[in-house]
Amino acid sequence: MVIDKIRKINKSDESTEKNVKASDMLVGKWVKCDNCKEILYKEEVHNNFSVCPNCGKHFRISARRRIHQIIDEGTFIETNENMTTKNPLNFEGYEKKIEALKEKTQINEAVKTGFGKINGEDVVIAVMDGNFMMGSMGSVVGEKITCAIEDAIEKKLPIIIFCVSGGARMQEGLISLMQMAKTSEALAKLNEAGLLYVSVLTDPTTGGVTASFASLGDIILAEPNALIGFAGPRVIEQTVKQKLPEGFQRAEFLLEHGFIDKIVERKDMKETLYKILKLHKKGETKNV
Amino acid sequence: MSNNLSAWDRVLLARKADRPKALDYIEYIFNDFMELHGDRLYGDDKSIVGGIAYLEDMPVTVIGEQKGKTTKENMERNFGMPEPEGYRKALRLMKQAAKFGRPIITFIDTPGAYPGMGAEERGQGEAIARSMMEMSRLKVPIIAVVIGEGSSGGALAICVADKIIMLENAVYSILSPEGFASILYKDSSKSKEAAEHMKITSYDLKKLNIIDEIVKEPDNGAQEDFEKVAEDLKKSIIKDLKKLLKENPDNLIEERYEKYRKIGRDL
Ligand SMILES: [Zn+2]
Repeated sequence: MVIDKIRKINKSDESTEKNVKASDMLVGKWVKCDNCKEILYKEEVHNNFSVCPNCGKHFRISARRRIHQIIDEGTFIETNENMTTKNPLNFEGYEKKIEALKEKTQINEAVKTGFGKINGEDVVIAVMDGNFMMGSMGSVVGEKITCAIEDAIEKKLPIIIFCVSGGARMQEGLISLMQMAKTSEALAKLNEAGLLYVSVLTDPTTGGVTASFASLGDIILAEPNALIGFAGPRVIEQTVKQKLPEGFQRAEFLLEHGFIDKIVERKDMKETLYKILKLHKKGETKNV
Repeated sequence: MSNNLSAWDRVLLARKADRPKALDYIEYIFNDFMELHGDRLYGDDKSIVGGIAYLEDMPVTVIGEQKGKTTKENMERNFGMPEPEGYRKALRLMKQAAKFGRPIITFIDTPGAYPGMGAEERGQGEAIARSMMEMSRLKVPIIAVVIGEGSSGGALAICVADKIIMLENAVYSILSPEGFASILYKDSSKSKEAAEHMKITSYDLKKLNIIDEIVKEPDNGAQEDFEKVAEDLKKSIIKDLKKLLKENPDNLIEERYEKYRKIGRDL
């Protein structure tokens, strides 16, 4: 029986989230895991951090949900919430598309940024949302990420960025591409200020986001089996004219090749981040 | 002057096999170019050349994405598509330039970073990201010149600079018009149409304030009168460098920061 296999995992304050929006992936009472094909009870999956209780597949989640899982209840203060694109290249149909997505996802862009606490520790956090144009980075995403990095510098706080992205946003052309340089140079300043940046790569993190802030963390974490790469798998297959081996560009592959520090399951993410934050606190050595 | 060419016409000119390549400009503009090799980590990527040379009497570091003019040359240069080693070599040489106080001049001409398996295994994304991050803080003047095709992160990786010059018929884009058309119009044959909408020409990008200067070309492209184009480009580089060398290095990097910081800020 399916239900037998469901591990009961600490529900914590997860179930208090009533705000299940269209952006969350599950509808109806039952859902089929696209990895192991088990039929799962939706609420159990939800209470299990949206991870398949049978095979451990980490389903994609919204920025709102992620913040709820990571940031202490009631401490998140959102910044630049209403920032929206001005369609810098006057690309036809783009504004309409953005408006429809805002309506559908109830967020204004592909990243949420703000201040919050993790077990009482102050951080700046940016969380991308794959439901909004596949988490693509245009001017607003670049600007909000950069503002968040600058907020961290100004307030002398660590910053955590959860990445999920299909890459640079086509509709804003070179303006989008330039956000890679903009976010990267802001991180250079953060480095000079001696502040911590933890980058967390979730499924999928590709293109211009991989080739900028996602790859520049002091510590880089990833969720299990997350697809992480610069070029997309299809582009690579077309280029090299062969099928990619199983597991290529997955988190475990990157760990093996030395590009991430650690793979962390979603249920352990908050505690892991808290440990890292504590290890970077200065000036409280009494016994050494 | 080729003021009224379409964006697609310029894409074709930018890709022309006999269009002058990075090494042509390097040989013409600088003296005693000594090529230096290798990223000290894995290998030497021939799609990016780099080394030291004199500009007039001043030592400088020169980096260039190098395409070939023949199939044989292109095979050797991987069609100007760098692997991570190329970007890491470039960054090594640019940090070396900063150590010795040499200005840096980069030449951009690539269809993109190479999307191969090895490139992914060796961290293409990380190589590009680190190059941009570190370039932003190098305390020597950096001038970037887009001479042909400046496509995607593979171009931007060595294009974080104080001044960005474009040859008139060069293009600089988020990805190729073919790629753009296949993603947004689901039809790669609409690349001509895509090119017009993407704002990728020197004139478009000057208007968008992303590049600083345009060096004109003869009607049918730079190959028609290479010496004239190279000479004009040399004059532009020298003029810019004179200004940049007067700046205090801390101001220089602050202004470089602001140059990129302001793109997309007006929200
Ligand atoms: Zn499953």
